Amino acid sequence: MGGHKPKRKESPKSRSGDGSSRPPRSEARSNRAAKKKAPAAKRSLRVVKGESKQIELPLTAKERRKRSSLKLVSPQPSSTESVPKSPPRVSAETLATRQREISVSEFFTRNRHLLGFDNPQKSLLTTVKEAVDNSLDACEEAGILPEIAVSIHTLAEDRFRVAVQDNGPGIVRAQVPKIFAKLLYGSKFHTLKQSRGQQGIGISAAAMYGQLTTGKPVCIWSRTGKSKPAHHYEMHIDTRRNAPEVVKDETLSSWTLDHGTRVEIELAGIYKRGRRSVDDYIEQTAIANPHATIRYTPPTGEEVIYERATRQHPRETIAIKPHPHGVELGALIKMLKETDSRSLKSALQTDFSRISSKVADEILKKAGLKGESRPSRLSREEVERIYRAIPAVKIMAPPTNCLAPIGEETIVSALKKRIEADFYEAITRSPSVYRGIPFQVEVGAAYGGSMPAEELADVLRVANRVPLQYQASACAITKSVIGTDWRNYGLQQSRGALPTGPLLLFVHIASVWVPFTSESKEAIAHYPEILRELRLGLQEVGRKLGAHIRRRRRQAAETKKLAYIQKYIPQIGIALQDILALTDRERDKTVSVLTDTLERSRKI
Amino acid sequence: MKATQAKRYAAEVKRKNRQQDQNTLKLISGTAEETNQKILKRIKPDLKFPVRSLSNVSYSKRSGYLEIGKQKKVRTLTVTTVKTFAQTLRMMSLSKDLIESNDFATKRDAYYQSKNWGDAGFQEQTESDTVMDDIEAMFSMYQVSREQLRFIPDEHGGAVAGQLIVYDPDIETGEVERIDCTRFGSGAYSIPSSVEHLSFETKAKFVLAIETGGMFQRLQSHKFWQKANCILVSMGGVPTRATRRFIRKLSEEAKIPVYAFVDCDPYGISNIYRTLKVGSGNAAHINQFFCVPNARYLGVTPQDIRDYKLPTHPLKEVDIKRAKDALKNDPFFQSQPAWTQAITHLVKMGVRAEQQALAKWGLNYVLEEYLPRKLKQTDRFLP
Repeated sequence: MGGHKPKRKESPKSRSGDGSSRPPRSEARSNRAAKKKAPAAKRSLRVVKGESKQIELPLTAKERRKRSSLKLVSPQPSSTESVPKSPPRVSAETLATRQREISVSEFFTRNRHLLGFDNPQKSLLTTVKEAVDNSLDACEEAGILPEIAVSIHTLAEDRFRVAVQDNGPGIVRAQVPKIFAKLLYGSKFHTLKQSRGQQGIGISAAAMYGQLTTGKPVCIWSRTGKSKPAHHYEMHIDTRRNAPEVVKDETLSSWTLDHGTRVEIELAGIYKRGRRSVDDYIEQTAIANPHATIRYTPPTGEEVIYERATRQHPRETIAIKPHPHGVELGALIKMLKETDSRSLKSALQTDFSRISSKVADEILKKAGLKGESRPSRLSREEVERIYRAIPAVKIMAPPTNCLAPIGEETIVSALKKRIEADFYEAITRSPSVYRGIPFQVEVGAAYGGSMPAEELADVLRVANRVPLQYQASACAITKSVIGTDWRNYGLQQSRGALPTGPLLLFVHIASVWVPFTSESKEAIAHYPEILRELRLGLQEVGRKLGAHIRRRRRQAAETKKLAYIQKYIPQIGIALQDILALTDRERDKTVSVLTDTLERSRKI
Repeated sequence: MKATQAKRYAAEVKRKNRQQDQNTLKLISGTAEETNQKILKRIKPDLKFPVRSLSNVSYSKRSGYLEIGKQKKVRTLTVTTVKTFAQTLRMMSLSKDLIESNDFATKRDAYYQSKNWGDAGFQEQTESDTVMDDIEAMFSMYQVSREQLRFIPDEHGGAVAGQLIVYDPDIETGEVERIDCTRFGSGAYSIPSSVEHLSFETKAKFVLAIETGGMFQRLQSHKFWQKANCILVSMGGVPTRATRRFIRKLSEEAKIPVYAFVDCDPYGISNIYRTLKVGSGNAAHINQFFCVPNARYLGVTPQDIRDYKLPTHPLKEVDIKRAKDALKNDPFFQSQPAWTQAITHLVKMGVRAEQQALAKWGLNYVLEEYLPRKLKQTDRFLP
């Protein structure tokens, strides 16, 4: 490593000499010649030394035999080669014939676990999830209250047909193939905007998985308006080219919906109930998206309808430009290369958020650059100077109106609709920033009711309204819940574990870019700023929960005391009757007056 | 005592008892009435008890026993006290029933009686004992003893032998039993648990209260009481309430002194002798009845250990602690310089000696030499 860095700065000539491994080796073949080569790289010098030592050793017969046999195989036999079993040499030209572009689709075919298709059970869930995410995003962007129908039809024990239909705006005909049958195609990757999808991989990856396991094409129905015709597509993905291959493309004169999209994917999978099941996911999605109505038909059993808990649309999210504090050097270089602005100053002002003319001047002054210079002509060093100047300048936090939290009231009403409990609470923290990216944490809690009292609390992790199912232990949310001392709030909690009690925690992170630990979007990365906001949110809800639990305990104690009073006051009556020879009426009067007096003294 | 005299005595006792019972009944119903009236006026009723702890105890030379102080504990009827309050009232009601039926109950009896009280019943005897102690303390403020409430201790009293005739009247029949304590052969008269109704006739010069049954046995079988013209009482460790009351009554009625003969160790001095003379610290509310203020300490004294060259054992840690506690906290010893000196002396010697250590000089040395010699110098007894 150490030897590598300075070489970069050397001239291309010397670099090429070092880059190819062959020339120094051939030089090293002759011991004396190597010694004369004074400017040879340090590494090769060391090799020469070692080799010269070995030469002095007398060769055993066995070694000699090996060497001679090696000569037969190797096209370029070398007496100084110390490793006898070196593989046959292949020329760079030969290698070049094997080198070619790797298609994204091919890459993900092999690495499908990165996208959440690691096992049949999870694949089924991921497929549903990607389709539902897309539907919800589409409805929201179009300002439509989503009505989504999900059905899973069993074809064989390990084969299902997933159908997800929404009342969204529909997709224009030309876009359909690309959206559903080309990986990394989408509108969301290039903008910083809060949405469920981010990379443009999801639904096409699901389609690809289906194709991979069943050979069946992905089927799409879409219609963009009442007066427009509906289209029906069936497509394969050409994994080699990462391009759609339309099998069927027909225009339908009528369709069930005025506008909307329906996706059907046939795939190999396993359906199971319980934790991390599709059922769970749908229910959690309903909680996280209280403005949506979801109809769900599981492979077994009846259709379940999750009616919307609110008719209020989520706040419209808007795309923001990157904040200078979050940008990395490479990204900065690229942005300045590609900017439409003619001057550096205007590039800074228009391509970033929160850079005013004054701030731009300040950055330029610190970097020692002129505002008029052409941004595309800046050298790497100059850009780095800007990069170093940015943290030294005070810049306003990024705008947070790009975020659309679910909202305290809506979370509470969603929880009320789905979970039977005695206590509901939700907190929406004010927006915060990690790495220059705005985010917002929301924490909801439901406590008591029919939830099991002796089990660990349920944590519903949600990122941009998408419930997360897998990798709970790797997630910043789980870490924060465990890290909160719930004993302060009247709950039991073992060391390093979730709290115990009839508790459901709903934790939502909204951000224009949720930092997941992997492309399968299962766990949120542990950014200190995010952990801090999570902690504060959990504590805030925890305090309210604690107050509730204490109040409940007090009430229980009061009820117990009341029972206690009612148990022993008659005994006082009996004793007084015995001693004072009271009549039964006198006794009962004493008892009732005393009961009344004592009950009044308690605040029940 | 002649028959007519006895009859008159029995009648007198009966009258006195009845008077006392009437007084007790009045106190019980008075307390109940006050409680009931307060309840009807929507005022939370309360019961007052003297605080029972050493901090509320003082030694009065005039009265001669540890007196309970003026600190009072008020138990107001609230949600938390409602159970004990009910139990206290029911216990008082039981006392009333016992007086009216001229019966009695031991602590254990009362505990079993409470099993009829439904919810107010006691789970453990310790609970009923506490309630009983509370009532006893409450009524001790009106000079009413537990025996008068008809709650008698389970513990049996000590043994008595010597120049004493005890008259024990049967309240029902009016017959009076005459008990001659010289006529028990090698046995002895056993003090009953309630002694209030007894009366005495004696020509003895003093009462000798003895710590151990063994020593009592030796003096009794050699009829020491005859030789010394005295009454022997075996305390068997710390004297029970009945034993204390018996000795008190006896010494007051016969106007004779009481001499204590106990082991020379902190337990013998500060527990046995102190309790006999001035009563106990944690039940000070009853001390006015259950103590013998005119008792004096015959021996074994720390000085005796030297004078009689008695075999000794080293003081244990608990002994030293007890001795220091007596010097530091006990109002009785603190008021007696002779005792302060003696106890300090004992601690300095670091040893203790038992009564029976005198057997070193011969088994009967105690009655032939030690006691006669001691009794010649009663003025040198410790207070």
